[in-house]
Amino acid sequence: MNKWLETVEPLVYESRIKVPYTWSVGEVGSRFLIELRDHKKIYGTRCPKCNIVYLPPRKTCSQCFFNLDEWVEVGPQGTLITYTLVHYESSMMPMKSPFAYGIILLDKANTGLVHLLDEVKSEEIKTGMRVEPVFKDERTGDIMDIRYFRPVR
Amino acid sequence: MAKRVAIVGTGQTYHKSKRLDVNGVELIHEAVARALEDTELTRDDIDLVIIGNMDHFEGINYVDMWSIDGSGGFMKPTIKLTTGGTTGSTLAIAGYHMVASGLFNKALVIGWEKNSESDTTAAINTAFDPIWDRLTFAGAIGALAVEASAYMDDYGITERDAARVVVRDRKNACNNPYAHLRKEVTIEEVLSSPMLCDPVKLLDMCPRSDGACAVIFASEDVAEKITDTPVWIWGTANRHLYSYINDVNFHGLQSLKNASMELYQKCGIKEPLKEIDVIELYQPYSFGGLLWLESMGLCKEGEAPKLVWDGVTDMDGELPVNPSGGVIATNPIGATGLIRCAEVARQMMGKAGEHQVPNVKIAISTGFGGCMWSDILLYGKDKPY
Ligand SMILES: [Zn+2]
Repeated sequence: MNKWLETVEPLVYESRIKVPYTWSVGEVGSRFLIELRDHKKIYGTRCPKCNIVYLPPRKTCSQCFFNLDEWVEVGPQGTLITYTLVHYESSMMPMKSPFAYGIILLDKANTGLVHLLDEVKSEEIKTGMRVEPVFKDERTGDIMDIRYFRPVR
Repeated sequence: MAKRVAIVGTGQTYHKSKRLDVNGVELIHEAVARALEDTELTRDDIDLVIIGNMDHFEGINYVDMWSIDGSGGFMKPTIKLTTGGTTGSTLAIAGYHMVASGLFNKALVIGWEKNSESDTTAAINTAFDPIWDRLTFAGAIGALAVEASAYMDDYGITERDAARVVVRDRKNACNNPYAHLRKEVTIEEVLSSPMLCDPVKLLDMCPRSDGACAVIFASEDVAEKITDTPVWIWGTANRHLYSYINDVNFHGLQSLKNASMELYQKCGIKEPLKEIDVIELYQPYSFGGLLWLESMGLCKEGEAPKLVWDGVTDMDGELPVNPSGGVIATNPIGATGLIRCAEVARQMMGKAGEHQVPNVKIAISTGFGGCMWSDILLYGKDKPY
């Protein structure tokens, strides 16, 4: 290190990047979220060629590139495929830790939905367990209109 | 020995200031589907996907992954590129390089942007040095305005001269169904539009658009089987200049001057004005439509206004510039340079419809961005040696 630098504190310029975004949800995503918001219903899109029901719905099948326009109501119940318990803290976390989230395969869907798990003790969470969504009372048209999934009792 | 490479098909989306009917992935798919349709190829025929945009405009930092449903890149090699304003032209050059390498036969190259999703100027500023440039530098418009000021001072260029460029491009855009701004403007309307950064006014400047473009590059082994009208890449050149805006020499676009000279030499072009049939110039503002023609050696320094006023660059002139309406009419930033390439290809294939220039044999597209960087590509109807 240079001798002069040893006599001072090197400067750090503190700033922030603040750019607001408005992401287009598109036709397919809008239909999914509007059904969720207005009717508490969950829909996927089905590829007639590959026989896959996508959740969240896609406009195009990633396997065969076919345009998807067939809507299928899925769930609301489903099966927990995998999960984890989050113990650390970060400003981007959806809840205060510890909390659980998992990938849920809703009935009639072929791809999983990532969501939070609650109303369950952490030691009671098991792969293969049956779960159901708990909806928000005041829904605004995003995926958190489902508050979390809980075990079917 | 490199393979010879041709463009065999193109596709682009309709452009608008806000394409709320699609998300980014669906927008990308729209361009890809059109390019596949143009070539009668399917997703399975593609052996490489190259995609590009400017991350900070959409705030998505893993576009190669995120875009798979739209790009058709599922289980294929996929590369993501970003070089600022030149992103689209870098994509085209990369498509050429990858296919020329002999390792890939058919590369699908995609440029896209959804500029409606953020504050364009705020996002552009994140590309510049946080310690030295960001605090004092007024975004892209300011950087171009200081170039225009120097140019006016050097040669007595007027705002009216620049306005004539806008009138030409906006007129051409009316014949391009994919263009964003499809309404003619007059010189008086340009001159009386709101001042943004002196001398650059609102109508001197490109819009910000939502849109995407896809171009398929194929090697000489397959190009002529895919299409009867392959558009051969004769050569490309590019130059990056400085990191800091304060280092730029604003008297002529040095990067374009340098890249053009290299390209003409490589391709055997001696009299560019006479030999080139059409140019799609990455011209984000009107003054660039004058100064940069000089930098490309199409006329002497200070003489571009005469060229433009005499109609040489109009649709029926000796060298039509921006038959598509250019960037002044349509600007989805990460796609903009690739649209120049696609438009040149459409001209050479005879697929440009209402804005077709007759009998295009040699053409050029350019890219501009970063800190006054330039890309340039030269295309020929004939197979290169
Ligand atoms: Zn499918």
